Formats: sequence, structure tokens, C-alpha cells
Amino acid sequence: MSTKKFLLRKWLGHPVARSLLLWLLPAAFLGYFFYQPLLALFNLVLSGSATSGQGLNLGTLNPSRMIWRPLSFTAGQAGLSTLLTLIIGLPAAWLFTYFTFPGKKFFKTLTTLPFILPTVVVAAGFNTLLGPRGWINLGLMAYFNLTAPPIQFLNTFGAILLAHVFYNTTIIIRVVSNAWSQQNIRLQHAAQVLGASPWRTFIEVTLPQLRPAIFAATFLVFLFNFTSFGVILMLGGPQFATLEVEIYIQALHLLNLPLASVLSILQLLCTLLITVGHNWVSGLGKVSPTSTARRIVPRKPDKLMERLVLFVIITSLTILLVAPLTSLALRSFVKLEPTRGERSEFERGLTLQFYRELAVNRRGDLFFVPPITAARNSFLFAFITIGITLTLGVLVAYAQKNGAILNKILDPLLMLPLGASAITLGLGFIIIFNHPPFSTWRFPILIPVAHSLVALPFIVRNLSPALKNISPSLHNAARALGASPLRVWREVDLPLLAPSFLVSAIFGLTISLGEFGASTFLVRPDYPTLPVAIYRYISQPGALNYGQALAMSTILMVVCAFGIFIIERLQKPEKDIF
Amino acid sequence: MLSLINIEKSYDGQPLLKGVSFTIEENETVCLLGPSGSGKSTLLRIIAGLEAPESGDVLWENVSLAGIPTHKRRFGLMFQDYALFPHRNVAENIAFGLKMQNLPIEEINARVKNALQTIGMTDFAKRKVTELSGGEQQRVALARALAPNPRMLMLDEPLGALDRALREALIQELRRTLHESQIPAIYVTHDQEEAFAIADRLLLLHQGTIIQSGPPHEFFHHPRNEWVARFFGLGNLIDGIVIDQTPLLVETPLGIIHASCDDRNPVVGQHTTLLFRPSQARQNLTVTENRVAGKVLDQVFQGEKFQVSLFINEQLPEFNIILPEPAQIGDIIDVNYVPADVLCLQNGED
Repeated sequence: MSTKKFLLRKWLGHPVARSLLLWLLPAAFLGYFFYQPLLALFNLVLSGSATSGQGLNLGTLNPSRMIWRPLSFTAGQAGLSTLLTLIIGLPAAWLFTYFTFPGKKFFKTLTTLPFILPTVVVAAGFNTLLGPRGWINLGLMAYFNLTAPPIQFLNTFGAILLAHVFYNTTIIIRVVSNAWSQQNIRLQHAAQVLGASPWRTFIEVTLPQLRPAIFAATFLVFLFNFTSFGVILMLGGPQFATLEVEIYIQALHLLNLPLASVLSILQLLCTLLITVGHNWVSGLGKVSPTSTARRIVPRKPDKLMERLVLFVIITSLTILLVAPLTSLALRSFVKLEPTRGERSEFERGLTLQFYRELAVNRRGDLFFVPPITAARNSFLFAFITIGITLTLGVLVAYAQKNGAILNKILDPLLMLPLGASAITLGLGFIIIFNHPPFSTWRFPILIPVAHSLVALPFIVRNLSPALKNISPSLHNAARALGASPLRVWREVDLPLLAPSFLVSAIFGLTISLGEFGASTFLVRPDYPTLPVAIYRYISQPGALNYGQALAMSTILMVVCAFGIFIIERLQKPEKDIF
Repeated sequence: MLSLINIEKSYDGQPLLKGVSFTIEENETVCLLGPSGSGKSTLLRIIAGLEAPESGDVLWENVSLAGIPTHKRRFGLMFQDYALFPHRNVAENIAFGLKMQNLPIEEINARVKNALQTIGMTDFAKRKVTELSGGEQQRVALARALAPNPRMLMLDEPLGALDRALREALIQELRRTLHESQIPAIYVTHDQEEAFAIADRLLLLHQGTIIQSGPPHEFFHHPRNEWVARFFGLGNLIDGIVIDQTPLLVETPLGIIHASCDDRNPVVGQHTTLLFRPSQARQNLTVTENRVAGKVLDQVFQGEKFQVSLFINEQLPEFNIILPEPAQIGDIIDVNYVPADVLCLQNGED
């Protein structure tokens, strides 16, 4: 008996065994909620092609129309969006690397904001700026006495591109300027002393070292553009069907699940390919800086030309980033159009009407819940998501710290949900979980589960490095000073991890609050989420519906902005060399 | 060839260089010596044109370099961390400066090959610089700096990152290379042994100015002031007040000392510092002048001789001397100094 116990203890003491134990719950969760639906998708496609029963006959399928067109359009718009993002982002990265200016920190936070904003909020922002009921169109109509909005922005290709640039510029700025400012300034000095002009120094020394970061950022932006859903659905309209939108239309509107599955798998393969490419380039040319390396220290712009360039970049970035968001917030407090029933007699001006109406169920419809309920649902889902992701995230982080061998196998499996789009996830869910118990529960538990799958890779990437940074000698010191293992965790790990926990929780909150793709598949009429409600309201006629959509978007935006503000505060300021 | 005239520069609002002036002659290796943070590297960056001085000028053959950007100055600069380009191999690093001159490819190849031969690293041409050892990196950095035939070479603590044994081996090599190349050089270091080994002439930088300049032995025999003596660790420094000019008598915690002075005549009543070199303590019992007696606190065998620490009195708790024979701890030892060996120095801030 005692030998058995001893063996068990010995076995549990082995790091691989411990890691296996820690992986158990996350692996079960991922297996059941991610890989099972994924397999179901594959199964549907394979059986569909074998029997040709289920409404899809891959033999009669016109591959060029059904598959090639959305695929080429998806890749094309993603490529073009990425190119435009690079054109805006690279000069801004240069600016952040080399210069200081008043309000730089605030400006940096501002550029981070789009990254965390829900797609519906961004779409609503551009809608209030350039849409038919937006500031510019209404202003032009009032000024020139026009009857129709002069600027056609919604449902154009340009709208998609603009929103994507808005979204992803921050990635280019962050990734590139981070790598740039880590460069050893002495390498540039060495080149200059050896006779290289500033331009030649840039081409021969700075750029080659920066290339991996630029490639990595480009792949990442391309990936986000490739899998973009909400922006395209809300700003591009039906004629611009990317793979994601096509899956959504085929699955929810045309009820052609087999075709939707084929597209989903195609989408998954593409994103996998992009992710592999991203991982490959970001591993290239990693040079660990020596301790004596001098980092680039940002300075004040002193030449007139520098100031001019800075001014142009800052101004255009501010317009790009601030205009849609402020116009959204302002528009939610201003009444510019008559509400239904008011016809022509109405007062233009500031109003809180849209916010007051959030709690009102005007239609008296049993299935039509007031927007405030959607907000309540969203926060409820978000808190469940935080609970699930933090629990699983901590387990995975500890498992990754323990078992080096297992990580090689399990890490890619964990990160795969990052590549799988939310639409694929939603589709898989409705295919596999359409039977009890999930179909009979009133509470749509699948929504926070889907949100957790989307958020988990982010949370792990945040928690795991923080945990790895805790030196084992701290543990040993605490143990030697008489702390039990549990006490060590409470006294050492917990306080050191606290900021990462908070950042993870905020990530979980904002991702869940803003998630749109999977939610469109999983919401029930009586349990809408905020983004789904915004999507419904904004496309309906009537100033009140529009206003309510904007009020909800503004609330979401404020919550997310507050979240990113806290994250920026918690993240360690870049070490100054002085 | 190179002259600096009254260079001033401040850093973070604090004055760092307060009017530095010196010249470098043809074929001369000058060592710029100073403690960490004294502004040595900043001075090199100013000469290279990587930074601009707040006032003052840098001249080359009496022509100001003020408007000339770094890449047109044709100076070589070797960095403390070598700053080898990590994305280029050894040969490509050495070729960089030649490439910038747009030389024909055949000539570049020939000169790179030549440079690799000189540093004995012919087989390393295609190696990644990140895979080189510290000493190899140092050699490549020197070859890269010398390859484009700069009209002057600057070296910023080129051996600072290496361990002691390697440093001693490389310093001879570096000295030979510098003299063979016949290029004037400025060598920056905070290590005096390195400075003595390399330099034809030393420039000592302290509190933003060149406090003393000359051949290395001059610093040893005639330190300009108390700070210089302390920096080189020349010996026991004891404060006192001048009580007579001829002969020069100074009242110190050791009693009244008969000292000598280099080039100035201190006035009666002036504060001064006396330098007693440990190696110049003599055991001549017949002399009554300048006697130093104390109890042995500690002794360290230094190879051939012994460094003995003496307790003199409460005001002078430690006084070091060097003796040929070992002493017993607790013994009283009585030595004397010849007046010519006791150097009267200008102290600190005067």
C-alpha cells in the first residue's frame, strides 16, 4: 500500500505527469467544444460528397461561382486592405520610434483603441460619419437642400477598405515600432561612420533588421482582413461576399449547411496557411540584443521638415481614428431626423431620448426584448466567459511551464481556435449541438462557450509569459523561509500575476462583449447580445431605431475604451535607457 | 591634424563637457582616459559627427567639420559593443565601408580577403557574426573600421567587453596593428593599464575638461593634482597646511614634513596634499627628517615584496608602505621619506 502511494507520489512529482494533469480540463474543453464541431464539419462535407443527398451535390456544384469567387474576393480585399494599412502604418511606426511630442502617450493609447473595439461599433461609427444618416450626408443635404444623401459610402468597396485600415493600422504601428526601437542605434552609427548616407543606412542596415517585424505584422493584418466578418456585413452589404459572409448567408439564410461547411473548411485551411506563414516569418532574424546595446531614444523633432511630416502623419491618423468614434458618440446624443409618427414637426438638438428608450419595449412584442436586456445579457455572457477563460488560461499557463515535451504537441492545438473564424465556430456549433441538452436549455450557454474559445488564445498568450517570468528561485526562497506550496502560490505567484489576471479579464470582457460572428449563429430571439441587437436596430428604418443602435454602440465603445485605458496603465512602461 | 576647440556639451541639463580642447598629430595614438560617465564616448561621437557640440568646433587640417555629415568625414569608429551588422556575415561586414565608396567588386573582394588575412580569420569569411567569440568579434570590428582606409581611427573601449586574459593578449595585437597602419588614433578607455600599453600620449578627462595631457610616465611622476594622483592610485595622500616656503614645510597628522614641489610655490597657510608613494618608504634609521612610524595592521604578499598597512594615529588610521621583508602584525615599524620623494600637490578644487 505504502509503495503504491509512494509510486503515485513519485509519478505526480514528475513534471510531464503534472503537466498532463493540468492539461486535462483545457484539453477536454477544447476537444468537446472545438474539435468535435470541427470534425462534424469535415464529416458533413465528406458524407455530402459521398451520397450527394443533403441538397448539395459537389458534382453539380459550380466551383468557380460558389467557391472561387468568394475566395478570390476575400484574398483580394484582404491584400488591398493590408497594403493600404502598411502605407498608413509604417510612417506612423517611424514617428513613434524616433520622436517625442506632447501627448504621445495618450496618442499611443488612442491608436490601440480600434484593436479592442467591436466590429459593430466601428461599423456604426463609420455609418454615423459617412452613412446616409451620417453627419456629412445630413449636413450636405441641409446645406444644399438635397433630397437624397450625396455621398454613397455604405455598401461600397471603399467602406470595407477604410474600416480595415482603421482597424489594423495599430497592429503595424505596435509591432513595427516595437521592433524598431529595440534596434541597436550603434549599428546605424557604425554604418554612417563607414560612409553610408542616412538613406543608405536605412536601406542597408535599418530595413533588413526590421523586415521580420514588417512581414509578421503584414501577415497578421492580412489574417484579420481575411477573416473579417462584421465590417463586411455591415458596411459592404450583400454584393461583397467574402468567405465569411458567404458561409453566413449559406448557413443562416439559404440553409445550405453542406456548402457552408465546404467554405468553412476552405477558410480554415487558408487561415492555417496564413498563421503558419506568420509564425515562420516572426521566427526569422530574431537577434537577442546585447546588454550594452543602445536603444533608439526618441527625441523632439527639431527640423522644420520633420515637424511638418509629423504634423501631417498625426493629423491624418487622428482624423482616421477619432472622426468615426466621436461622430458615433455625438450622434447618439443628437436628434437630426424625425421619429416615426412625428413626420415633419420635430425639434433638432441634443437629446437623451435614445438612452432613455433603451429600457422600453415599444412593440410590446414577447420576442422583442428592449435593448437594455441585450446589454444585461452581454455582460452576463462576458462574466461567464471571463470565468471560463481565466480558469482554463491559468491551467494551461501552469501546464506550459511544467512540461516542455507536451507543449510542442499541445500548443498548436490550443492556438488553432485563433485561426478558426468565429463563423466556422458558430456553424460547427449549430451542426453538432442541435440536440439535448443544449437545444433544450433556455439559457444559451453556448454563447459564452464560443466566446471563451475565441478569447482563450489571447488570454494564454498574456498569462503564460507572465508566469514564466516568475523566477523559480523566488519559489525556492519562499519554500526555504517556511511557506507551504499553497502559501507560496498565494504569497508569490498571485501578487505577481495579479496585473496579468486583470489584463486577461479585460481581454475576456471586451472580446465577449464585442463578439459578433459566432453570436449571430447562436443567439435566441429572447436572448440577444449587444452587437446582435445593434446590427438589428441599425439596419431598420426610423430615427429611434438608429439612435438606439448608436446609444448601445456608444456604451460598448466607452466600456472598451475604459478597458484599454486600464490595460495601458498596467503594462510596464518601456524601460528608459537613462 | 585633428583639433578640438572648446567643445561644450550638456546631457539632461547637466554640463558634461566644459570646454575640451586638444590636438592629435600625424601617426599618433592618443588615449583618452577618464572615469565612467566623464563624457569620453560623447566626445568621440562629436568628433564622428553623430552628435553636435553646443559650442566649440572640430577642425581637420584647420578646416571646420561643422557642416560635414558623419558619412562624409572618413573617420573610422570602433564601438564598445562592436556594432557588427547581425544580418551580414563576417566578409560582408568588412566589405560594408568599401561598398559605400562604390568601389568595383573585384577590389572590394581583394581588400576584404587581405583584411581577413591580416586578422588571421580567412576561414571565417562566411560565418555569421553572431556565432563569433568576443575576441573574434573584436578583430572583425577592427578590420571593418580599417578596411576603408579612414584618415583617423577612433576606438571606444574596444576591449571593455572582454575578460582580463583575452584583453592582455589582444592589447599587444591592437598596439601593433595601430602602429603598422600609421593612422592617427584616439583610444578611449577607463582602464589605466590599457591606456599605458597603447598610448603615445594620454589625455585625462575629468569634470568636463582635459585635466592633464602628456606621455604616460609623466602622469606617474608628475601628477597635476591630488585627483590625478588618486585616479592612478599613486599612494598615500595626506592633507596638510604649508608653514614655510624654503625649505617647503607642511604640517600634517604625521608631524611636520619636508616636501618638494614640481612647478609652483605654495604660499604659507595654504592647504595642500602630500603624496607618499608606498614604494619610496626607506628604512634608514640615521635620518631624523620625515619619519613615519606605526603599528602593522595587515600585510599582503605582492610577489617579491610586501605591502604593509600601518596604523599611525587616530587622524591617520591607514598608511601603506612596501617592504622587502615580511612584518609581524602588531609590530611597530618606523620608516623615512626623502624630501624629494614627498610630492606636494594642488588639492581638489583649487
